[in-house]
Amino acid sequence: MDFKSSDTITGPRAEDHLPHTAQAAVKIVIVGGFGVGKTTMVGSVSEIRPLTTEETMTQAGVGVDDNYGSESKTATTVAMDFGRISITEQLVLYLFGTPGQERFWFLWNGLFEGALGAVVLIDTRRLEVSFDVIGRLEERGVPFVVAVNDFPDAPRYPMEDLRAALDLPEEIPIVKCDARRRASSRDVLMTLMRFLHSIAMASASA
Amino acid sequence: MTPPQRRRRFPKEPPEHSPEQIPDPAPVPAIREGQGETNQPGRLYILTGQVEDGDRAPLDLVTLIVASDDAPPPTAQPEQSALLQLCRTPLSVAELSAYLDLPFSVVTVLLTELLAAELVQARAPIVRSELPDRSLLEAVMHGLQKL
Ligand SMILES: Nc1nc2c(ncn2[C@@H]2O[C@H](COP(=O)(O)OP(=O)(O)O)[C@@H](O)[C@H]2O)c(=O)[nH]1
Ligand SMILES: [Mg+2]
Repeated sequence: MDFKSSDTITGPRAEDHLPHTAQAAVKIVIVGGFGVGKTTMVGSVSEIRPLTTEETMTQAGVGVDDNYGSESKTATTVAMDFGRISITEQLVLYLFGTPGQERFWFLWNGLFEGALGAVVLIDTRRLEVSFDVIGRLEERGVPFVVAVNDFPDAPRYPMEDLRAALDLPEEIPIVKCDARRRASSRDVLMTLMRFLHSIAMASASA
Repeated sequence: MTPPQRRRRFPKEPPEHSPEQIPDPAPVPAIREGQGETNQPGRLYILTGQVEDGDRAPLDLVTLIVASDDAPPPTAQPEQSALLQLCRTPLSVAELSAYLDLPFSVVTVLLTELLAAELVQARAPIVRSELPDRSLLEAVMHGLQKL
């Protein structure tokens, strides 16, 4: 791969610079299938135009768990969009939109574990797309909330049917949203933060 | 109409990653979001953290990087100069990766060198811990409310 020389690199716009006082960052991961609205949600709340970062991963040949030196391997580049919200002069929040069906993300140590929590974005036309990612978050103990994006032609299930279909316990919030609207996306993030806060309160008093 | 039905899973220990699983950096098809959502079985390995020298700096996507000086030293490599110029104000590793158009793991290699040479400083992220800090969560909520 070629490095861009410094004069061809487009850095942050003047208004996208963080202040020197920025001391630490936290992250939230937004997961969901293709076309469910991850990039839209990141973009609607981000103070910067969404950017894309990528990572290269290799996949070993099918069915050969041992003797990994000998089988064919393919390298895969996975990309995710992200945005940024300055919380205070010291603290910055980053939002990462990761395609949910990709098992790759879960091998990225710290991507989910280091996140404050996750938002699972759901399109009721393809509910089953979210099953695997929800299971993986459960297995890893990553706290999450579910946001149902309101597409015009999508089936409208009553909330309790949706909760039953997703087999989610009562305490996990499920909210409707329109990822195109900043206030709606912000409300989803607030729902996640309140949920995390309630977990923190519960474990502090335990 | 009945929706499809999922079954709940429960937390389990993360799988062990043995250190010998070093992948060949074979360059093959770039799969962007939406095209790569195959469900092939087989093991996956991420390149991050599995370099042979084994001592890459522990950098997160949201570690904030800031250059120590305003101008890169004349001895800096071109890619190092580019990176140093970008982080004259703090920038996350993810943003550096995006602006440089380089994979995250490549950026961490560059940054490891720059950190060793003390040309940049890293400001570690706050990660979720067993007992999340309530005041941190409250600060984030307060910040979101202002949006
Ligand atoms: N009606 C409606 N459309 C949405 C919503 N969120 C995203 N979209 C549209 O769905 C399409 C795919 O969204 P995108 O953010 O690219 O999905 P991604 O693949 O998950 O990143 C775009 O055309 C969006 O405008 C929503 O909440 N409601
Ligand atoms: Mg997208």
